[in-house]
Order: sequence, then C-alpha cells, then structure tokens
Amino acid sequence: MSKPIVATTSLAGCFGCHMSILDIDERILDLFDLVEFNKSPIDDIKTFTKQCDIGIIEGGCCNSENVHVLKEFRKNCKILISLGECAIMGGLPALRNGIPVEECIREAYLEGPTVTLNKEGILPNDDELPMILDKVYPCHEIVKIDYFLPGCPPRADLIWNALVALLTGNEMDLPYEVVKFD
Amino acid sequence: MNSQLEKIIKKYDSDKFRLMDILIDIQAEFGFISKEATHDVAKELNMAVVDVEQTLTFYHFFTQKSTGKNTVYLNDSAVACMMGREEIKKAFEEAAGCKFGENSADGLIGLYNTACIGMNDQEPAAIINGKVFTKLTPAVAQQIVSGLKAGKNVQDLYHQELGDGKNAAAEVKSMVRNNIRRRGQVILNDFTPGVALKTKLSSMQPKDVIDEVKKSNIRGRGGAGFPTGLKWDFCSRSTGEKRYVLCNADEGEPGTFKDRVLLTERPEMLFEGMAIGGYAVGADQGILYLRYEYKYLETYLEKVLEDARKDNRLGKNIGGVNGFDFDIRIQFGAGAYVCGEETALIESGEGKRGEPRDKPPFPVEKGYLNMPTVINNVETFCAVVKIIENGGNWYKQMGTEESSGTKLLSISGDCAQPGVYEIEWGMTISQMLEMVGASNVQAVQVSGPSGQIIGPKDFDRKICYGDLATGGSMIVVDKTRDMLKDIVLNFMEFFIEESCGSCTTCRIVPKLMKDRLVKILNGKGVMKDIADLEDWAKILPVSRCGLGQTAANPIATSIKNFRELYEAKVQKDVDYDCGFDMNKAVQASCAFVDRVPNAH
Repeated sequence: MSKPIVATTSLAGCFGCHMSILDIDERILDLFDLVEFNKSPIDDIKTFTKQCDIGIIEGGCCNSENVHVLKEFRKNCKILISLGECAIMGGLPALRNGIPVEECIREAYLEGPTVTLNKEGILPNDDELPMILDKVYPCHEIVKIDYFLPGCPPRADLIWNALVALLTGNEMDLPYEVVKFD
Repeated sequence: MNSQLEKIIKKYDSDKFRLMDILIDIQAEFGFISKEATHDVAKELNMAVVDVEQTLTFYHFFTQKSTGKNTVYLNDSAVACMMGREEIKKAFEEAAGCKFGENSADGLIGLYNTACIGMNDQEPAAIINGKVFTKLTPAVAQQIVSGLKAGKNVQDLYHQELGDGKNAAAEVKSMVRNNIRRRGQVILNDFTPGVALKTKLSSMQPKDVIDEVKKSNIRGRGGAGFPTGLKWDFCSRSTGEKRYVLCNADEGEPGTFKDRVLLTERPEMLFEGMAIGGYAVGADQGILYLRYEYKYLETYLEKVLEDARKDNRLGKNIGGVNGFDFDIRIQFGAGAYVCGEETALIESGEGKRGEPRDKPPFPVEKGYLNMPTVINNVETFCAVVKIIENGGNWYKQMGTEESSGTKLLSISGDCAQPGVYEIEWGMTISQMLEMVGASNVQAVQVSGPSGQIIGPKDFDRKICYGDLATGGSMIVVDKTRDMLKDIVLNFMEFFIEESCGSCTTCRIVPKLMKDRLVKILNGKGVMKDIADLEDWAKILPVSRCGLGQTAANPIATSIKNFRELYEAKVQKDVDYDCGFDMNKAVQASCAFVDRVPNAH
C-alpha cells in the first residue's frame, strides 16, 4: 500500500501550530516513514501535485486568499483537520471581529501610532493583493472540516496521537492533560 | 455640582446601595446620565467611576445620551409583532423622520425598542414619556408624534378611554385594560383589606403563620415553584441582625402581565401579604422591586402604601399586635429581564448590575445586604393573605394533589379573549384554549420564552407542577404564523439582548444558535444544522441562572415538538453548506480602500 499523503498550510495563523508539529522532535523521522508530504511549508511544495489523504489547516480566514487556499485544500484532501485555536475559532486574529473592518484598515495604514512612512495615506488596493474579509472566519464556516484539534498551539503529543490514530485507524488517545489548558 | 443633582444624591443620603434610585432620578431629571453626572455621583457616593458605570450601562432605561425630548419605547416582543408592530414602527419612523434607535434631527422625538412591557393582551403597545399606550394603530402613531411635536402633554394624546378599574383612578389615569376574564376563589375573589392582619395574626405566633402556609402547600408563583412555607421557615431560622421581605414584581417574562393586574387591582392584598411574611420571618422592612415599565403605577402605589399606614396595616404595632412593625418601600428596576432572577434582583436592589449570584448561599441565608431575605412573587404574597384568612386546608382543597390552589394565567396571542384568568391547577391546555376562544391553534408557548412551545399532541396535558409547570405566561399561536420566524427567532433575540454576560455559555451559545437558525430560515441550512442546534442546547444548563439555563429553550423545544418545520426548510441533497458569501464578506473593505471586488 502506498503511503498516505499529508498536506499542511497556515492561513491567518502565526505558524505556531506548525512549530508544534515540528515539536514532535525525533518522531518526525517516524512520521516521514509513515506518510508522504505534499503541499506544505515543511517541504516547501507550493501547489498540490496530487490528491492527498489528510489536510492540516492552521489559522482561520481573514482574507480572500485564505479562503481560496482553504477551498483548494478541501478539493484536494479526503480529510481536513482544523489545527489549533485560530483554525477552530478564529483565535487572536478574530479579536478584530468586534471592530468594523474600515476602522481596522484606518488604524493599520493611516492613524496607528506606528504609521510614519505613509505620508500620502495610501491604502493597499492593488488587484494582486488579497481582499480583506469583513471578519475573521473559523475554517468550518468556509468549508466542511472533519476533525478539530484544540490548543494554542495544540501540543505535539496531541498532534502525534491524532495522526497516528488516523493512520492506524485506532481510537485516538487523548489524555486529559493533553486537552486541558488552564 | 449641578444643584438638582446634588439634591437627588442627598435625597438618598449618598447611599451607594440606593444607586439605582439615584440614577433613575437623574435619568428622569436630565433625560440622560452624562459623564459629569457619573463622576459626581461616584465622588459623592465614594465609589469608583467604573462601578457607577457598571450599573449605569447595564440597564436598558439608563442612557448616556439624550433619548429625545419625547421618548417612544415601542415593545418588540413576539406578540407585539404578531399584532402588527411592524406597521406601527413604520408609522412612527415616517412621522418622526428618524429610525428606531435614533432621535429626530430636531431632538424632539426619540424612537427606541424595548422588551415586553407586560401588555401582551393589548398590543401593539408602547411607553411614551412614561405613559403606556396600548392597541396602537399606524394612524394613532402618527397623531401621537405630531401631537408631541406640537408640544402637547402626552396624556392629552390618549387615543382611548381610560382603562377599567383602578386604571382610571386619579393617581393612575392610564388607558391600560385589566382584561380580567375569570375570577377564581382566591386572588381575584372579593377582598377586604386588613382582615387577615387584624383578626387572624393576633392569635397566631410567627411559627403558626409558617405552619399554615406550609399546610396550604402553596408553591412560589413566579415559576420556579419552591414551597413558600419552607422558604419562610428557612429564613426565620437563619441568623442575621435584620431580615427583609422582598417582592419580585419584575415580571419580565414575555407574555406575562398578571402581576401588573394585581398591582393595579390588589395592591392592598400584596402589601398585606408582604406584612404577613414580615411577621412570619421576623422582618420589619419590605421592598417591592417593581419593573420600570410599571412606573406609571408609582403614585398610585405610594398612595396605597400611605393609606395602609394610616389604617395600621403598615407601620408600628400592626393590627394591634405588639411589636409587629413593618413597612414597605418601592424599589424600581430600570429594564433588565435577568433581574427577575431573585439574586440578580437583590444585586440590582443594592444598586449594582443585575448579575445573578452564585448559590448557595441562598437569599434565605444571605440575601438583601447579606441578611436573611424572603423573596416571593406578587401572586404568592396575595395568595398567602387568603390562606391566613381561610386556612391552609381551605386552600389545599383547590387544584391538584401536588399543585394546590389557583393560578393566574396571562393569556395572549391568537385568541378571542386575551387577558388574566384565575384557574385551579389541573386544567388541560385544550380546556384553556376553549376558555379563551382560540381556534386553528398551531402551538402554545407555555411559560414564555424560558418555557416550552407545545403542539396539539400535548394539548391534553395539565397545567400543574407535575406536568406543565408555569409562571403563568401562555401565548397562543395559530396556524397562520410562521412559528420559527415569528416566535422562535424573536425569543432568541430576546435572550441574546437580556443575557447579563456573566457566563460564557449564555453570552455566546444563544448567539451562535440564532445565527444558525437564521441560516436555516434563509434556506441555507442542512440537516446537520438541526443536529448541531440540538447538541448546543445541551450546553446551556451549566449556566449560573435560569436565564442562561433556559436560553436555548425556544429552539430546543420547537425542534422537539415541531421538527418538521425545521426539516421543511433545510436542503436535503446537500450535507454541508456554510452559507459563506465571499462577495458580501469583502464588500466593506474593498469599498473603503477604493477597489473593485474580484471574487470568484
């Protein structure tokens, strides 16, 4: 049987969840024995080259590009996992959800205390740039998500256990300490 | 400091526990509560400014900017909408030249929404400059606005005769109707003030009173149904320097208005019941916590209290019983449903945000000002008077085994005779519907939004504690209504608005559930959405108080009893639809940066 294929991406996240994936330490060698990576920052493959089995999503959607990538993942992966707080609930980026997006842009590009160089008051509006969404959406409000792994970031053990469970078809081992955060 | 402000603060002895009264008076005097006033109050009461702001911003009827020289608070409860609120709203907006939530450009008229004002049997209704207007029509709304613009006194704009009974009394002068449709043997039967106090209590020890109440098996009429005698017993045994008797007249549950009728027609009975409570538990002070919506009764109730004092039904050595001292003051709320929860009511009475307390300790141990406190509903106190007059055994003969006595029902919605009915416990819903002249009935909302919505298969069930327990709100919904939109959605919006925000569950889950319901109503729903709603509803019972615990009930009980309505609206051939619309989502940001959206 060929190895299952895994893809990962970070949308409106901080890459912390990916760092946590790397935090499985030397087990990453076992992981490479078990799976093949396709589109992912881990191997720097930029576009899907084949259908994948598992897609791991870090971060929610704050702009049109995030939505586009997430939909590509849904098209190309049999199983999608929301990894971490931002993918599941929007996380820190979603703090802006209570503030009108116009105000956020004004603060970021025109009136914020750190805005010093933008003398002409230029706002980013090039067609090449992603469009900003009215709020930050968790992934499951854009596409169907099959599994959710909580945490900020989810612990390496949680990620490892989840992947092993998925790959072996066994029940997932989720001891209390792994999912309790406070 | 402004001299008026100074006077108000002095009137309440700069007592921070009377912050509610102070803010109510400031709001009434100045039309809003300014930043300066807030600072002055904080300083004089020796409080932090944020603490004053906490209270100030919690209540619907406190505002930090003017709500117009004349303020219209139009009820937006489900029954108001059923009775044609939308048309009235449009008429007000057209006449005033502004939308709801705003003041007119000249500042003369402010239009605002408000939750159920206890007039469900005579909707659409509004509170305008403190006066209640019922059975509004678009033409009347326009007349009222032009009258107010012309500077007329609000009372000269009444479009109806004064109401029946005490509504027409000089101290009330209101167009509100009592709509008493059925008088039972207890509360709405003939009543002579003072009989229980003056002829019975002299031969009874406080313990005898508690025993008599226990014997009657009466349970709290607010809805929770805790045995009243037991509550009084607990309170009398608790230790404290002082005890209090509080009456919960917050009556915020949409669809209930029977307490308003009692406060109009039976205030002497209520105050007598509170005094009996005071005698039983050893309290010398009573507080009537009255919802702000009923402020039009204030002058009248103060007069009733004054008359009672003159007649020795309040004051010192009441009814000639040596050492039996008891008096009552009225404490107004300021528009917060959650204050109907007894511990939130106590917090509010102490001048704070109406956030429910953790229990235990229960109010009978640590209540108002942390002293042992009895809190009962208006109807409970009224019933106790008759229990003392006629004995617990007399009372127990009425009703059913586990639900003794009578119950006042506030019945509204699609029926020929909405109003107040005093029934014996044990009546079936079918009998009730026949009694009120309801036909073509789709559903009955039992106990308001926090209760349950039931369909014809449950109409043989009985109104009593073992079966359909209720605080008395009954809303009849006929088959012409779009139940999910007209009733369920309205109730969910109500709970979202009224949550105190303390528990995450209550603050967030109802909002998520409402969004999902809207998605279903918009035709974007899938079967999984119904299952999600059912699952999420199960989270809410961990909330601290009854509001949070029942906030999912409109959706949960309508799915349980009317699943077909949901299933008819969801897409059958799709198993996932997020309802996300990229074009809509990028619209605002693209417009702001001057860019043409190019979503595909």
